[in-house]
Amino acid sequence: MKEYLQKYITLRKHEAKVAYKKAKNRKMCYLFLAPYAILFTMFYVFPVLASIYFSFTYYNVLEAPRFIGLQNYISLILQDDIFLIGVKNTLLIAVITGPLGYIMSFLFAWLINELPRWVRSIAVMVFYAPSIAGNCFVIFAVLFRGDAYGHVNALLMKWGIIDTPILWLVNPQYMLPICMLVILWMSLGSGFLSFVAGLQGVDRSQFEAGYMDGVKNRWQELWFITLPNMKPMLMFGAVMSITQAFNVADVTMQLCGFPSTDYAARTIVAHLIDYGSQRYEMGYACAIATILFLMMILCNKAIQSLLRRVGT
Amino acid sequence: MSRENTKKKLKKEEKEQVYRKKLIKKRKPNRSIWGDFFLYLFLILVALIMAFPIIYAVSSALKPLDELFKFPPTILPKHPTLDNFSDLFVTMGKSWVTFSRYLFNTAFITFVGTFGHLIIASMAAFVLAKYEFPGNQTFFKLVTVAMMFTGYVTQIPNYIILNKLGWIDSYWAIIIPAFASPMGLFLMKQFMEGLPTSLIEAAKIDGANEWKVFSGIVMPNVKPAWMTLIIFSVQALWNNRASTFIYSEEKKTLVFALQQIQSGGIARTGQGAAVLVVVMIVPILIFVFSQSQILETMASSGLKD
Repeated sequence: MKEYLQKYITLRKHEAKVAYKKAKNRKMCYLFLAPYAILFTMFYVFPVLASIYFSFTYYNVLEAPRFIGLQNYISLILQDDIFLIGVKNTLLIAVITGPLGYIMSFLFAWLINELPRWVRSIAVMVFYAPSIAGNCFVIFAVLFRGDAYGHVNALLMKWGIIDTPILWLVNPQYMLPICMLVILWMSLGSGFLSFVAGLQGVDRSQFEAGYMDGVKNRWQELWFITLPNMKPMLMFGAVMSITQAFNVADVTMQLCGFPSTDYAARTIVAHLIDYGSQRYEMGYACAIATILFLMMILCNKAIQSLLRRVGT
Repeated sequence: MSRENTKKKLKKEEKEQVYRKKLIKKRKPNRSIWGDFFLYLFLILVALIMAFPIIYAVSSALKPLDELFKFPPTILPKHPTLDNFSDLFVTMGKSWVTFSRYLFNTAFITFVGTFGHLIIASMAAFVLAKYEFPGNQTFFKLVTVAMMFTGYVTQIPNYIILNKLGWIDSYWAIIIPAFASPMGLFLMKQFMEGLPTSLIEAAKIDGANEWKVFSGIVMPNVKPAWMTLIIFSVQALWNNRASTFIYSEEKKTLVFALQQIQSGGIARTGQGAAVLVVVMIVPILIFVFSQSQILETMASSGLKD
């Protein structure tokens, strides 16, 4: 046993020495990295670690944090029914809008890729605009207004499908589908842009080689040539759409109200904002954030292993 | 007579054939016409649906007040006016912090934040993408993980740090954290990995040091990525309401002031619609102008390994 330990230690020491030597040779690299690394540690790594630490405490900002172990997590999962509604809604939104938005982003980027340049740039603008339009999505609150002045109600009544206006954003039955619609509308974001840029960079000679080798139609070309060339962008798009799908809160809060009827449109992040910035139970809020974070990492791992199989 | 006619016909046919050849050459050989037709029809339909809410937002900002509350509701204004916008300026003029001050705040934060972010993030991305050194992979993994963490909870530890540094209630509270945004680094690194390593090696053989390789060879070749990074950064900073870290009214951003007006209830419906347009028009305009540059640089930067 002792021998093994000693061997292990010497091996580790040797490895550390090699790493140190390598690092010494690459001094320039660390100089280049330093400004970013320092700021990143200060404003991203440390706060994340701190919030994981706070999740094991009772912390209300005024008093110093008091350690209470797993209490926050236990009450979250066993006692907080609203949190479970939030988890259900978030998962539902993520499972539907995440993959759909991702596929839409790639499909449209790929379709407009072969258009002439000026048409393409207009198309990119049209598709990308909703995601950078600030809080333009509140216009959907006007379209789906609950009285007869709302466009959707007015139209449905004119066609005689319904005779009394539907309270779209108050009735729990319709809230989530409408929110999903809005989220899908906004989902052609940074991932889409990355796809457009990436598709332009695919080497043309590969397509010509593909014709020679008997690529029959556009779908084969997509699977065997375009997608494998796009792997880095596909990964990026995946991370973006996961982040987007799990962090939904603005849309549901501004469209359905905060809190919404029967908490029917509550998401995990909305729950977090409720506890973090309204009830000042920071420890509890941090526990919510940590759970969300774990869910996102697991999801990301699963998708990355899926994407590795593309084009094979 | 008839001979001339036939000659003309022949010439016409020749012309047409050349024209057809061009068309055929442009199309990729493995595409079916019906597939093209349906896919593009689908594309046009979706584009119309996507554009509708934005068009509607603009049109309701141009509606006079009586048309905003008309029944049945209309989509396009009958008598378009700019009254809502001029009302908005009147309201902005009444507040004790002037409009130009809000504009300066936003412009300063956006410009400095984006510029610093571009330089710092691409320096880090360059070494992460093109060199191997201990800690390389780990650091990059950390960055990707950090990209997913919601900004809401890190706000509290962030506030504590900024407070210790004495940056609360100053522009730096927004600008400095924006320098380290993980998004930009991730994007830049992914694009730089596509650069052929031989390019860098060639420069090194010619005697360039790391800084020269970075500023003279890598950066000019990843201009499209610059633009993308600038767009993201500007968009995030423009929409940053800065309400948690900055509490003096004279240091708040334009978007914050505008959305304050928007939440003024039913009497401000017209102005609210105008705010919506003002807030969204700036990122969209920036995008329109930089997009043409992206496509241009993409076309001229034909790198072949």
